[in-house]
Amino acid sequence: MVFKRISIRDHTAEANLFARRTFIALLVIAAMIFTLLSNLYYLQIERHEDYQTRSNGNRIKVLPVAPNRGLIYDRNGVVLAENRPVYSLKVIPEETEELETTLTLLSELLDITEEEIADFQKEFRSTRRFKPVTLRNQLNEQDVALFSAHQHKFKGVSIDARLTRYYPYAESLTHMLGYVAKINKRDLQKLTEAGFEDNYAATYDIGKLGIEKYHENLLHGQVGYQEVEVNSQGRAIRTLSFTPPVPGQDIVLNIDVNLQMAAQKALDGKRGAVVVMDSRDGGVLSLYSNPSYDPNLFVNGISSKNYNALLQSKDRPLINRATQGQYPPASTIKPHMALLALDEEVIQPDTTIRDNGSFQLRNSSHKWRDWRKWGHRNADDKNRINVTDAIKQSCDIFFYDVAYKLGIDRISAKMFEFGFGEHTGVDLYEESAAIMPDRGWKRANKNLPWYPGDTVIIGIGQSYWTTTPLQLAQSVSTLANRGTRYVPQIIRGNMIEGRQLVFEPKELRPVEVKNPENWDVVLNGMYSVVNEKQGTALNAFKDANYVSAGKTGTAQLFQIAQDEKYDKENVSDRLRDNAMYVGYAPYDNPEIVIAVALENAGSGAATPVARQVMDFYFRDQPALIAQEVESTDLASR
Amino acid sequence: MLRDKLKPGERTLLNKIHIDGWLLTVLILLMAVGLVTIYAAGGKDIGLIQRQGIRLGVAMIAMFVVAQVPIGAFRRSSIYFYVIGLAMLVAVLFIGTVGKGAQRWLDLGFMQFQPSEVMKLAVPMMIAWYISRHTLPPKTLHIFAGFVLVITPTLLIAKQPDLGTSLLIASSGFFALFLAGMSWKLITTIGVLGSGFAPVLWIFLMRDYQKQRVLTFLNPESDPLGSGYHIIQSKIAIGSGGVEGKGWLQGTQSQLEFLPERHTDFIFAVFSEEFGFYGVIGLLLIYAAIVARGMIIAVRAQDAFSKILAGSITLTFFVYVFVNMGMVSGILPVVGVPLPLVSYGGTSMVTLLAGFGILMAISTQKRMLLRE
Repeated sequence: MVFKRISIRDHTAEANLFARRTFIALLVIAAMIFTLLSNLYYLQIERHEDYQTRSNGNRIKVLPVAPNRGLIYDRNGVVLAENRPVYSLKVIPEETEELETTLTLLSELLDITEEEIADFQKEFRSTRRFKPVTLRNQLNEQDVALFSAHQHKFKGVSIDARLTRYYPYAESLTHMLGYVAKINKRDLQKLTEAGFEDNYAATYDIGKLGIEKYHENLLHGQVGYQEVEVNSQGRAIRTLSFTPPVPGQDIVLNIDVNLQMAAQKALDGKRGAVVVMDSRDGGVLSLYSNPSYDPNLFVNGISSKNYNALLQSKDRPLINRATQGQYPPASTIKPHMALLALDEEVIQPDTTIRDNGSFQLRNSSHKWRDWRKWGHRNADDKNRINVTDAIKQSCDIFFYDVAYKLGIDRISAKMFEFGFGEHTGVDLYEESAAIMPDRGWKRANKNLPWYPGDTVIIGIGQSYWTTTPLQLAQSVSTLANRGTRYVPQIIRGNMIEGRQLVFEPKELRPVEVKNPENWDVVLNGMYSVVNEKQGTALNAFKDANYVSAGKTGTAQLFQIAQDEKYDKENVSDRLRDNAMYVGYAPYDNPEIVIAVALENAGSGAATPVARQVMDFYFRDQPALIAQEVESTDLASR
Repeated sequence: MLRDKLKPGERTLLNKIHIDGWLLTVLILLMAVGLVTIYAAGGKDIGLIQRQGIRLGVAMIAMFVVAQVPIGAFRRSSIYFYVIGLAMLVAVLFIGTVGKGAQRWLDLGFMQFQPSEVMKLAVPMMIAWYISRHTLPPKTLHIFAGFVLVITPTLLIAKQPDLGTSLLIASSGFFALFLAGMSWKLITTIGVLGSGFAPVLWIFLMRDYQKQRVLTFLNPESDPLGSGYHIIQSKIAIGSGGVEGKGWLQGTQSQLEFLPERHTDFIFAVFSEEFGFYGVIGLLLIYAAIVARGMIIAVRAQDAFSKILAGSITLTFFVYVFVNMGMVSGILPVVGVPLPLVSYGGTSMVTLLAGFGILMAISTQKRMLLRE
């Protein structure tokens, strides 16, 4: 019975049905496995290289490594710009246990101010995740020691050390040497345009002024690369390869830092500039502008208070007066004018004129005065004066006459040859071309024709004519060299393994004259300024231990009316005369050229400054060196 | 003829304790592969291996225990399991505890319990019992009744939401009906209706995150750092493994933590990265061996209930494998299905091995039946 009931179900048929279904299921499974495998084959074999690349892209990060900036030495190997380690406190907020607590504890430990915390929070908000945020920029050694002792308590906080620029001579060199500061958006844009952004990927600072800016390419060096394996959080796990950066070149300047400090001392309390150039190769030995400021303030970010003080100071310390100051050259260009007049045969060396203390053009009632009311005359002549004495005594009437006879076209053409109205090509971007006026210039800038009267005062280096102290120094160097011209160069060469590799001087097209004897007449005139009776610089150079030549100048900034007297006491301080001096020494074998400009210092004030600086070069420095040699001799004995 | 094959003398020790030697060997091999891969995926954390080892041990014990249960008992208890399971699913709906954005657990005081796990076995048992009460192939009416039995728990689980589990339960029920001999006509009809149901599913049943997963699946590169990140990193891991793989513990995608869910749902990517295409073939062979053995047991089983149950459990196991590998390698959307017996973690492990316990019971007990 039981058996029969079971036999109603056809077990064989059911088993066969089940087996068929199982077979179909297995076919489907085989198809599914085939699908999986084909896809895996596609991923792992067909597209393996693609995914391998993406996998490496995930794990390998190339980190740029900043090169060390080249050092800057003076001509005697004294370090003017060095790299010092600076420590900053960095926090990776995502890695701290609790940011608020960490900040509170750090504040207690290192006296961190609320202002610093506010700055930190601000930076934090604009920083990518897992990137360090600066809490304090410059840690002193005490802070570093204190934090290091407690570091284990602060997860995600670390001290970051990098090299930063330091200028040991501070404000003595600022305008010439310049400084570096943090790369800003504009710098970055310029670097990108120049295709240098990769080379600066790890660099923090860039030259912003002076030599640091001009020779940025030499000083910066070549970025290095570190290939690291990182995890998904971007944390470096290990270094895979390292291409070291190429450090920037160490450079040597023509500057003599002792001479520079002598110039600084001579300009103490004055507004003005001193330029000392080597007439033999154009090397700039000293270039100082006063007042100055400490460049180290800018390196780690100047406070807006300090910056505004510099920016708004009436004395304008940010200007480099030596290369950007535009001063009327005044009587300092009389030798140049004399040379031109002789060469154009407008005058002969023995041509004399009569100086009554004023000069008038025919058909004009306007009187141009001489600075000395009663005029000038030769020592052996009661009435007349020649070119040598005109230079020596700085006779205005003689040069009014000469300039008028030459005419503006010949004057400006020759003065362009001397470099007036053009950039000297010095290795500084902060340079003005100043103005050497001609007819075209006046038409373009004043929309007026050139009047004969304009030419008259050009003869004494006034009216629209302006020069920079560096231009003056270069032009006097050209005179002293009898026409040979050099580009003033601050950079002297490279320092390679402690030895200087000096660059070639850059010579310019010389100033040519028809009769070389004319040089002698003019240089003799400059000699007489310093060394002969009635010379305007005789007193200032009394008892010097060297023979120099030079020329004084006084630029009027205050136009006095006809027949009015210049009253020193009544003229406001800022409108007092500028004092100028140019000179070179030794007279018979020129080595150095000097140009001094002093603002509102009053007539004659620049000459003692020049004397002081030249004395340092020819007297104090050699004495110091002799003393040093003696003491080292003693020590070695 | 069968009697010749199963002489009393051939009754081995394993047979006595109701263990299928073939199945056990391949399962242990798979678990070993799993432990080795977890060690690499979990950052060489020996603690993970210990915990997984304990879990595997517990699950193995469950498998041995289940293997001893007479098949008749399974058959008789099917309906009770099913009803209790369904009741608990309803309970979860109201008083379940919430975790990871889903309401899946019942708090039993001493432990958290996931009723959907019970249903993974209760549904195929219920269908196998219900269908095998009548002659095969089943009548259309019974098929429809079967569908109701399957869809009810499926919807309840999908509602939690737990798309992966509901999918597995639906397949287990469907496989039972399919193996029982459901007509092709009906299969086609349901296939057509099913595709018609897809928009309904999309609009009414799927949560936003589920929809996002599907969209991400269709175009992972649309959001490489967001929802597409998982699948992109997973494909990079698999693809960069190449033919031979990067070597054990050498997979950069996993060792450097670019790959998310490394030791759980995405462990297959770690395996593929470190052992390459050769390793993948080997792993698929192990799974294929398990499926093949399961189907052999099903075919050889004595009665319809055992056949349907064994077949359904085996095919569902393969669905696990296929869905996991498919989602990790980017041919299926990401649903939370672990790679069975390889992925780290536990709830499903006991259920899985209990299922194999049933297979072993079916495999060994039929012979005793024959011998009598």
